[in-house]
Amino acid sequence: MLISNMEILPGKQIQKHLGLVQGSSVRAKHVGRDIMASLKNIFGGELKGYTELLQESRDEAMDRMQQQAQAIGANAILNVRFSTSSVAQGAAEIYVYGSAVILE
Amino acid sequence: MIELIIFLVLMTLGYLVGQYAEKRHYESIIKREQKLKNLPTIASRFPPPGKRLDQQLVMGSTVISIDYFKRFIATLRNLFGGRVTSYESLLDRARRESLLRMKEQANELGAEYVFNVKYETASISKGRNNTIGSVEVLAYGTALLRPSEAP
Repeated sequence: MLISNMEILPGKQIQKHLGLVQGSSVRAKHVGRDIMASLKNIFGGELKGYTELLQESRDEAMDRMQQQAQAIGANAILNVRFSTSSVAQGAAEIYVYGSAVILE
Repeated sequence: MIELIIFLVLMTLGYLVGQYAEKRHYESIIKREQKLKNLPTIASRFPPPGKRLDQQLVMGSTVISIDYFKRFIATLRNLFGGRVTSYESLLDRARRESLLRMKEQANELGAEYVFNVKYETASISKGRNNTIGSVEVLAYGTALLRPSEAP
């Protein structure tokens, strides 16, 4: 499955557009990470636990999007976009969407 | 009285550790940017015509937090208005770090360019009184790789 955030592919023709596919995932971190994060709020710096957490949930959201695309028979997803929103304290929603296409 | 002491201790700790961490972070950013300056990242939406290259989505993200001292300064700024330099440097660091991580990923894949680079910023944990404590920056783009199979 080819995933790209460009609208066209150089040298390849799009045979059919299959519409929007999407995947999302909401995650909260565990207490240990929360305590570390509140410490970091005093000293400043990178919150590694959060970075990992968001990376994991982003992978999961992309997985879901891919599964959806496979289910409708696409072989590529173009024009992929990410969006993040904090739903509640300590929980973030990651949303990925793109257009599923069949390449020749 | 005890509250005041705690506040002052947090302020000094935040100031000293925060300044030191920021300085070190900037040093590392500049060093890595130098190393990766040969890999162009372009915000253009379309790749150069003619060349046929494989492509893959690459991304890098950072969650970074502000220190206690700077947050206090920023709260003061809210009273008087003006540039909030403490948040400016926070976002600058987050953006550059994310872009670097994306470039590192692209470099490992053997990319020639990274096209259509986009940024996405979100404040993750809003602390008390809705002050922004930490931001997440995600940078993503499409890496154009050298074709794996011989033409």
